[in-house]
Amino acid sequence: MEFQHRDVISIKDFSKAEITSILSYAQKMVPYAKGKKNTIILSDKILSTLFFEPSTRTRLSFESAMHRLGGQVIGFADPSATSQKKGECLADTIRMADAYSDAIVVRHPQEGAARLAAEFSEAPVLNAGDGAGQHPTQCLLDLFTIKTEKNKIEGNHVVLVGDLKYGRTVHSLAYALALFGAELTFVSPESLRMPKEVIQECKEFGVNLNNTSNLERAIKDADVLYVTRIQRERFPDAEEYNRVVGTYKIDLELLKHAKENLIIMHPLPRIVEIDSSVDLTPHALYFKQAFNGVPVRMALLSLIFGGTLI
Amino acid sequence: MKKLKITPIKNGTVIDHISPGLALKVLRVLKIPETTTSVVSVAINVNSRMGKKDIVKVENRELDTKEVDKIALIAPKATINIIRNYEVIEKRTVHPPREIIGIVTCSNPTCISNAREPVQSRFLLVQDDPPRIRCYYCERDIEDIAEGIK
Ligand SMILES: [Zn+2]
Repeated sequence: MEFQHRDVISIKDFSKAEITSILSYAQKMVPYAKGKKNTIILSDKILSTLFFEPSTRTRLSFESAMHRLGGQVIGFADPSATSQKKGECLADTIRMADAYSDAIVVRHPQEGAARLAAEFSEAPVLNAGDGAGQHPTQCLLDLFTIKTEKNKIEGNHVVLVGDLKYGRTVHSLAYALALFGAELTFVSPESLRMPKEVIQECKEFGVNLNNTSNLERAIKDADVLYVTRIQRERFPDAEEYNRVVGTYKIDLELLKHAKENLIIMHPLPRIVEIDSSVDLTPHALYFKQAFNGVPVRMALLSLIFGGTLI
Repeated sequence: MKKLKITPIKNGTVIDHISPGLALKVLRVLKIPETTTSVVSVAINVNSRMGKKDIVKVENRELDTKEVDKIALIAPKATINIIRNYEVIEKRTVHPPREIIGIVTCSNPTCISNAREPVQSRFLLVQDDPPRIRCYYCERDIEDIAEGIK
């Protein structure tokens, strides 16, 4: 298992053993992520964070992770201020960042951007989301959250609800959960079903899989409810959108059917999918999940740089 | 009445055993008729021992490797016969390449390979027959390969 200098483009670039090892290392990072312990293992490193589209949570958690390890961060949060706006290609911006830093985090609105960036960079590239493509650090922090809350991933019944058709991140998550032996139920309206290829891929791991549009029934024996955003632009008209959003709204009424120890996750920002009254229940895990982005990214950065905690 | 539907050619290429209905796609990827002034004959749904097939005969033209790869991606069962002076001097089957570089355009409009970047399109073959190819960048499979061939 060799992490030093690796690109992190897609969760599929990592084996189960490698993911397990990242997750256990992330566990060790928690007190450092909280500022209860200090380290400067990356004090001689500079990380570039290139955000060609804004994503506040992802950027702040990468930057926090780097600072907590004693490293430095350069970059931009908003493409309007960059030379990309003046027509520079991504490859050239990457060559520049490669010259100025030791690793590069890229967020870009186009699919495949991180893969392309890795071709033009000596320094390792970390994909922080490429359009509707991959978002491997989100996937890792989701796995980490389930593992820390439930002690293991295997055997948990995870219900994925929302737009399962278009978001690649939810496809990768389904893949990774199946890889770890979780039981999966996909809940979505007919028009936003999980694609056949993804279901096929999950089946190959021999896990239990269900497809339904009935959330109320699916939630009954769920251990984890993973809620994704349903985007308005996916619908032909506002009426259909409102109907679907209404059907899958997570509120106290729905949670009456849930197990006591059900945890609810969401990649955030949540708009209307989860009622704010749910925030106060012990089910709500999405804010803790967002915090988990820091120890997971700390673990990755430190592995990539070959740094070790003493 | 002559029995042959397509007469033999003196010099050129005969693409045989094209799956029925795919001949026009083969013509499209060879950019015919734009790239030739010689005679091109097409037979569709010809009965043969192995069932129906299409045949394309292009006079005075031999295909380059890139063109053969394109045919392999559309009609993997095709055979290519090179004819010189009425003789078949070479007969070969086609094989879709494992990696397809600079031949197919990604059908995903928001794929980075369609942006102004200094890279060629790149696909990986994920299934031989019928060929299925996946974009190396955006990881999407192309629904209609013929449509995407440059
Ligand atoms: Zn693509």
